[in-house]
Amino acid sequence: MSLTDWKAYKPVLIPNIKDYHKIDVYEKHGGYGALKKILADQDTLTPQHVTETVKNAGLRGRGGAGFNTGLKWSFMPKPDGGPRYIAANGDESEPGTFKDRVIFEFNPHTFIEGSIIAAYAMSITTVYVYIRGEYRSWIRMMEKAVSDAYERGYLGQNILKSGFSVDMVLHSGAGAYICGEESSLMESLEGKRGYPRVKPPFPAQKGLWGRPTTINNIESLANVPLIFNNGADWYKGTGAATHPGPLLYGISGHVNRPGVYEYPTGMLVTDLINEVAMGVRGGKRVKALIPGGSSTPPLRGDALDGVRMDSDSLRQAGSMLGTAGMCILDEDTDMVDYLWRVSHFYHHESCGQCTPCREGTGWLEKTLLKIKAGDGTMRDLDLLLDLCTQMEGRTICALADAAAWPVRYTITRFRDEFEARVKNTVYALS
Amino acid sequence: MQNFEFTKEELAKIDAIIARYPNPQPAVMPVLWMAQEKYGHVEPDVQKLVARTLNLPEAHVHGVATFYTQYYKERKGKYVLDVCTSFSCQACGGYETLHYLEDKLGIKAGETTPDGMFSIQSVECLGACGYAPMMQITNDVYVNHLTPEKLDKVIDDLKKDQLPEFESIPLVQNRTTAMENE
Repeated sequence: MSLTDWKAYKPVLIPNIKDYHKIDVYEKHGGYGALKKILADQDTLTPQHVTETVKNAGLRGRGGAGFNTGLKWSFMPKPDGGPRYIAANGDESEPGTFKDRVIFEFNPHTFIEGSIIAAYAMSITTVYVYIRGEYRSWIRMMEKAVSDAYERGYLGQNILKSGFSVDMVLHSGAGAYICGEESSLMESLEGKRGYPRVKPPFPAQKGLWGRPTTINNIESLANVPLIFNNGADWYKGTGAATHPGPLLYGISGHVNRPGVYEYPTGMLVTDLINEVAMGVRGGKRVKALIPGGSSTPPLRGDALDGVRMDSDSLRQAGSMLGTAGMCILDEDTDMVDYLWRVSHFYHHESCGQCTPCREGTGWLEKTLLKIKAGDGTMRDLDLLLDLCTQMEGRTICALADAAAWPVRYTITRFRDEFEARVKNTVYALS
Repeated sequence: MQNFEFTKEELAKIDAIIARYPNPQPAVMPVLWMAQEKYGHVEPDVQKLVARTLNLPEAHVHGVATFYTQYYKERKGKYVLDVCTSFSCQACGGYETLHYLEDKLGIKAGETTPDGMFSIQSVECLGACGYAPMMQITNDVYVNHLTPEKLDKVIDDLKKDQLPEFESIPLVQNRTTAMENE
C-alpha cells in the first residue's frame, strides 16, 4: 500500500471484526495460523529463519526507540539448556500513549501468538507480560485470553504436539513510569524497586535473574503474526520504507475526533490532524504537536508541512516518533503551563538513583513554576537550558534525557512566549 | 490493634503465585496487591504480613511498597478518585475536573472526606489520553469524557456503592464503519 491511498486502508492489527478478542472468532479468521505453520515445518522454518524473516520485514520496535525487532532477537546467545525469557513491555506510561490497551482489549491473541513465535525464534522458556497496574480492567481481559490460549494448547508444554514449550505469566505493575524502561522493568519483575540497571551487561547477556532476556513492546510482538500471514514483502511494502508496517496512532489534545487509529507508518501529520482527527476544535490553528509521547520534542504548528510519522522524517523535523502518541495543542495553549506540567511529571517519576536526574528534574520543575507564577527572569531561561545540558547523557537510563528534551525544545521553539512571561531584568556584572 | 493474617485459601493462592517465578521474591508485588484488596491499604503492619508470608526482610517489602504509587501506604477513602492531570488531560480540562470534584466534595487533592467515603488524587497519565478528561476509581474502572453532569451521577452512584461500568472504546475507524459480522 502506498502512502497516498491511506483512506482505503483497512486495519489489520485491530481488524473491524466483531468479537475478534474471543479465541473462537480469532481462530475462525485464521488466528494462530502463523504459529501452526511454523511449528509444523520446523525443519524449514527454523528459529534462525523466523528471526531473519522478522529482521528482513523491517519491523521496528513500537515502544519508542524504534530498533529493528528481528535484529534485537538475534542478539540472544545460543541456548545452553537453562531458562531464557521474554519480558513483554505493556507498561505504557509515557504520557500521551494509550495504544497497547487497544491490543489487550480488541486483539489479545495476535499479541499472544506473536509472543509464542518470538519465543520459538529465541528458544524462550517463559514470557512475562508486564502490564501497568492502572490497567486492571485490561489485565482481566488478558487473563481470560491467556487462559483460553492455554486451554487450546497454544501455551504450555509441547505446544500443538510440536515439542516446543513456553509459558506466559502476567505481571501487574503498581504505578511507576520508570518501569517502562527495560532494565527497570526487569528489576520490578524480580520483585524490587524499579531502579534501572547499568548497561552493559545488556539484557540478552544478563537479563531477568541473570539469564538471557529480550524485552519487546506489546505492539511489536502483535505485529509478528502479520509478517508470517502476509509475507515479509507485504510488510516491508506497507508504510514508510525505512520504518514499515501498520502503526497504532494515539491522537489526543485539541482535535475534533481524538482516539486510537490504525494506519501505515509514514502518514503525513497534517493528514492525521486535519482529516483523520477532523481538525482542531473550533477551527483553531495548531500551536504545537508532540508527536510521540511527552518526552518527544514538540514541533511548531507552522513547521508541520511534509512531516511524516516515521523515525527518519521526524528526526529531520527535529523530533522523534516515540510511541506515536500524538498530542495536538491549539493556538490558545499556554506553553509555559504545558511545559511545567510535563516537568512535574518527570520530577514525580524520577526514581532518584542518579543525581543529575533526581536533582535536575526538581530544578526544572521549580524554575518553571517560578516562571509560571510571573517571578522568573531571563536568567532562568538560560538556567533551564543549562540544566538540560547537565542532565542529558549523564545518567543510567534515559529518563533524564526524556525530561530535558521537552524543556530544551519548548524553550528554543517557543522562546517568545517564555520571554514574555519573565521579568525584563537587567543584571549588573559583579 | 488489628490482626493482619492471610487465610488458608489466600495462602494457597500465594503459593500458586510464587510458582510462576524462579524464586519467591517476585511475588512481593502481587501479594502486596492481594493485601491491599483485602485491607484497603498496605500500612506498615500489612507490609510486615507480606514480609512474613514470603520470608523476605521487612525493609525490602517496605522499599517496594513505597516505590510504587498505587500501593496505599496510608488509609484512604472507600472510593479513591484518581483524576488524570497529565498534559493531554491538562489540555482538555483535567484540572477543571479535579477542581470540580474538590468543590463538590469539599476536600483538596490528597485528602479524604470526613465520612471516609472519598479521596481525591491528582495523578499522572493513566493512558486514556484520547478520552480526556478522565479518572480512575480505586485503582480499577476508568471513567472517560467527564462532564460535571457525568461526575454528579458517578458520585451519586458511588454513594449507593454502584461502580460505573467499563466503557469499551473501539478504534475510531471501526466505530464509524459497519462491523464485519464474522
